[in-house]
Amino acid sequence: MKGQDVMGKTLAEKIWAEHVVSSTAGEPDLLYIDLHLIHEVTSPQAFDGLRLANRKVRRPDLTIATEDHNVPTLNIDKPISDPVSKLQVDTLRKNCAEFGVRIHSLGDVEQGIVHVVGPQLGITQPGMTIVCGDSHTSTHGAFGALAFGIGTSEVEHVLATQTLPLIRPKTMAINVEGTLKPGVTSKDIILAVIAKIGTGGGQGYILEYRGSAIRALSMEARMTICNMSIEAGARAGLIAPDQTTFNYVQGKPHAPSGADWDAAIAYWKTLVTDEDAKFDKEIYLNADELAPFVTWGTNPGQGLPLSASVPNPADIANPEDRGAAERALEYMDLKPGTPLKSIKVDTVFLGSCTNGRIEDLRSAAEVIKGKKIANSLRLLVVPGSARVRLQAESEGLDKVFLDAGAEWRSAGCSMCLGMNPDQLKPGERAASTSNRNFEGRQGKGGRTHLVSPLVAAATALKGTLSSPADL
Amino acid sequence: MEKFIKHTGSAVPLRRSNVDTDQIIPAVYLKRITKSGFEDGLFAAWRSDPAFELNQPQYKSATILVAGPDFGTGSSREHAVWALQNYGFKVVLSSRFADIFRGNSQKAGLLTVILPQDEIENIWKAIEAKPDTSITVDLESKTVTYGSTTLNFAIDDYTRWRLMEGLDDIGLTLTKIEQVSNFEEKRASFKPKTLPIR
Repeated sequence: MKGQDVMGKTLAEKIWAEHVVSSTAGEPDLLYIDLHLIHEVTSPQAFDGLRLANRKVRRPDLTIATEDHNVPTLNIDKPISDPVSKLQVDTLRKNCAEFGVRIHSLGDVEQGIVHVVGPQLGITQPGMTIVCGDSHTSTHGAFGALAFGIGTSEVEHVLATQTLPLIRPKTMAINVEGTLKPGVTSKDIILAVIAKIGTGGGQGYILEYRGSAIRALSMEARMTICNMSIEAGARAGLIAPDQTTFNYVQGKPHAPSGADWDAAIAYWKTLVTDEDAKFDKEIYLNADELAPFVTWGTNPGQGLPLSASVPNPADIANPEDRGAAERALEYMDLKPGTPLKSIKVDTVFLGSCTNGRIEDLRSAAEVIKGKKIANSLRLLVVPGSARVRLQAESEGLDKVFLDAGAEWRSAGCSMCLGMNPDQLKPGERAASTSNRNFEGRQGKGGRTHLVSPLVAAATALKGTLSSPADL
Repeated sequence: MEKFIKHTGSAVPLRRSNVDTDQIIPAVYLKRITKSGFEDGLFAAWRSDPAFELNQPQYKSATILVAGPDFGTGSSREHAVWALQNYGFKVVLSSRFADIFRGNSQKAGLLTVILPQDEIENIWKAIEAKPDTSITVDLESKTVTYGSTTLNFAIDDYTRWRLMEGLDDIGLTLTKIEQVSNFEEKRASFKPKTLPIR
């Protein structure tokens, strides 16, 4: 329609339009998928479906698998001891062999959390559509890609057809202007965004993070923000690619080269929201005012600046939010009015697809260097990928953590979701750099406070929720 | 996928908001490689509590779950849908569903119906007063009926048609596979491939 072409497009609308295979009024658009990431948990039933219908993987060359959710982070050279986990991982290996899909298994240098592996291989690039049977696929949006999590039925659909039928979501701009204070990170930005719009605030939208504070962030910091878009209810969140993005991609194993690089750059530079484009909704945040953030409850929207106290549910006007807060405080065993900084933790988890990259480990190591963690707690450091682990070791970060009394583990999702043996015990309290503080997420009865790597490091030293400024 | 046209059954109230997929089925239960047998993991952390709604005898035969707002937030695990179906649920009513959960339910044939929160509240009260209250969810007329109350709900025509016909998305897409091939021929050469390994 001509009338629509006159008005500018948002970044998300541009990428969407570039990938529409077929569009019929009253039906979802059929969208082409540039990259399909696979892991062991959400794929076995999809491969079974292919076998039952006698179908093939249409584009093995646009598909890649890694083992992450289930894998142990200790003794990875030995067979997986949990027989059910082992069967799931073995099933992935068997399926990949049968259908010709590239896989990076435990022990392989490219193994790791699927959302860490894509970017480090350079197969995550601007302007792509990327899916995975994992809700944190939104991570890849940091490159200016349209990336979102899908269920197993959709995994099967993408394997069989390399497309997905989808109704285009609305678009929301998250404008973050200003300059972050020292000690404030992109994790604090996203926790503040979720606290502001709520866990359902992004439902039905693709988020675009914009503004000077976002532009100033490194690629890895941008990934942390996009990663947690789903925690605000949005299936996807993205950031327009710029020189920071191009520099990060250039030279990676699967980055374009030669004439392809020039063509890619020319295209990637068009991937911005047009000045006259209209978002369906806009949100504003002042980066100057942000402080280290921490969650006190059992959903990621229940967060406050670290200097605040546990809220009183009686002060919450909305009855649903009040009820949720009451339940959360009971589960978290917290009393209204308790200063957040007085909360004692038993475990600190540094890792996950949110904060398990090299910059995260470096920033935590800088706080910890030469010091000892509190006697009362354990600090679990789990690099996001085998490559991140190797890089950290080449910089001596493993020594920093080990000397401080931390545990230095192998790569995987680990305690973020407690599917492997890395779990909280009932009643145990954690400061975690991961993405979800749901009841029992990190182990049945476990209690989670979401924090940045800097707060995680300071908390590990002090024993109570702290930022480096409190040391 | 089984066709869904109309379902009549009793319901169980779940007066909690933000019931995420880790509550619906914790990660440790996701290790099966089949689509069945997940009923044991459904609301696993709460099932040990005798006061939990699903454990109360008056709700034992319920096939409709009446949930609080923001049901199904969090992970993309379709196992959450399978767990509800394996347990025997055919329909979930809520004022708000998380996007991925809703998409998954529509792929797997579990009907998710959005109603205003005050109507959910009325249904909760009706069930709590009379647990054997029969509720009919009719996808053809897009209505939920209990007692003398009939409520209309919205659902896009395409999804409704697919559910009523029990159609498999892959089969529908394969009818357009020539267009997919045409699209592939025009893709830019700089787009990355995972093979060969570099």
